[in-house]
Amino acid sequence: MELKNILESLLFSAQKPLSTKELRDVLAAAAGAEEADAAAKSLAKAKESDLTEALEQLAREHETAARSYRLACVAGSWQFVTQPDYAPWLRALVGIKVRPSRLSQPALETLAIIAYRQPITRAEVEQIRGVNVDGTMQTLTERGLVEAVGRAEVVGRPQIYGTTAMFLEYFGLRRLEDLPAADELRRIVIEKPPGPVTAEPGLATHPPDQLVLQPAAPESGESKKSEAGGLPEPAV
Amino acid sequence: MAEYKVQFEVFEGPLDLLLYLIKKEEVDIYEVNLTKLATQFIEYIELMRQFDLEIAGEFLVMASTLMYIKSRELLPVDQQVQVEGEEEGEDPRWELIRQLVEYKKFKDAAARLQVLEGEQENIFPRVPGKLEFENAAPPPKPDVSIFDLLNAVSGVLQRFNKRENVGEIFEDKWTVSEKIEFVLRMIAERNTVRFAELFAGAASRTEVICTFLALLELIRLRQLVCTQSEPFAEIEISRAVAAGVPPAMEGGILSTHRSTAMEDGPPGDAPGSPASSEISVDSPPGGTPGSTAGETSAATETRQP
Repeated sequence: MELKNILESLLFSAQKPLSTKELRDVLAAAAGAEEADAAAKSLAKAKESDLTEALEQLAREHETAARSYRLACVAGSWQFVTQPDYAPWLRALVGIKVRPSRLSQPALETLAIIAYRQPITRAEVEQIRGVNVDGTMQTLTERGLVEAVGRAEVVGRPQIYGTTAMFLEYFGLRRLEDLPAADELRRIVIEKPPGPVTAEPGLATHPPDQLVLQPAAPESGESKKSEAGGLPEPAV
Repeated sequence: MAEYKVQFEVFEGPLDLLLYLIKKEEVDIYEVNLTKLATQFIEYIELMRQFDLEIAGEFLVMASTLMYIKSRELLPVDQQVQVEGEEEGEDPRWELIRQLVEYKKFKDAAARLQVLEGEQENIFPRVPGKLEFENAAPPPKPDVSIFDLLNAVSGVLQRFNKRENVGEIFEDKWTVSEKIEFVLRMIAERNTVRFAELFAGAASRTEVICTFLALLELIRLRQLVCTQSEPFAEIEISRAVAAGVPPAMEGGILSTHRSTAMEDGPPGDAPGSPASSEISVDSPPGGTPGSTAGETSAATETRQP
């Protein structure tokens, strides 16, 4: 009997999503049962990596078979879920609104900052957003999407926040590394431009005696640039 | 507590407004003309004032930063004052651009999260019915009364009765709020924790008492429930099922600090001692009204050597 088929049957009848660890425990328990046959016994020491491999293969098979459901891994646990195309009928079946209301724009922004930069203090979030985040943080904490994960070893020992398993479930993510553009946003490297183009043409960015008033004609990009080049670059 | 919010059109803050203005100009953030931006920003604030909208402090801070940048631009390069202690690279323009680019990236990330959120709404997990041959669930465990908890904690305190005669004074290193975090972490890791496990690592009476007060506080906040499989069995602590929205945690923790302070007061006068009023007292042998006194006297009792 193939491992992936055994796992499929377990996930098919499980009451909740199962992690590879839980699945391995089930296999071990089955092997330890009195009536266990050779096949069951052979799986007693199955490694989690083997299980992950089998599950991933199973998920791929379901994908190619193009069924109305697929095998998904959310927050490290595997379960069968329906394909989004069938949502209208499923909503009619389930009836009640199963999911809480959608997150507001500020809540999503705050959540994005915490998700990519965790662990992070409230002050750091505010620095990036430029506004107070007390209210949104409270909403996110109440909804169980973020939680305090400890305290920063700086003055005042402020609490630091991170996302929860619920966060991964809410967005259907397998793990934090699967966040869109995770590598880029973890550490945003922002290239410093050679000289920010900020001066309005005609402004006194040269000493007054060298200043030539520009004619009202539209500035060519080049003269703008040369002006920018002469902008303050603090002496080394 | 209501969030203090300035909702002007869709701007969540000054950075949001700046991004909107830049987008309107159809230029790259790096190439934006900050002096022009400053003028537009201040026009907007003026407009907000005309509409009699309250302007949050953050907008004014941004306006003054922009004015500072603009005023610097008006001076010839060689006459600009080098601000004391301003290091190389701390050009205010650059600082602002950096902030804008970073904010923009997270705004985009938020948009992607929103897409995921929408997609996830259309995905339904398989929820199989309960298997029929499953054993009947064990009968609901009876609630634990405050007296059971007190008995259990005094059992734990026995450990320290012998050792604390040394006469050395230790610093009080533990606070109830820290212990609340500790208990919550422990419960989050495993769903149920045995009573004794909570105190396994405790090194002194004070630490035991802090943990115990944290436990009482969490029960009061309906975060945790205590159950016993049978009378005199080990008490088990688990997360309350329908936890709902807990009453403001902050306030709760503060009130615990008050109740620790009350240890010094005369026993019995704790006004409506919050921790005990919410615990179901279902098996006290003839002592229901005394639950308040019971708790405070226990607290004083534990202070005796």
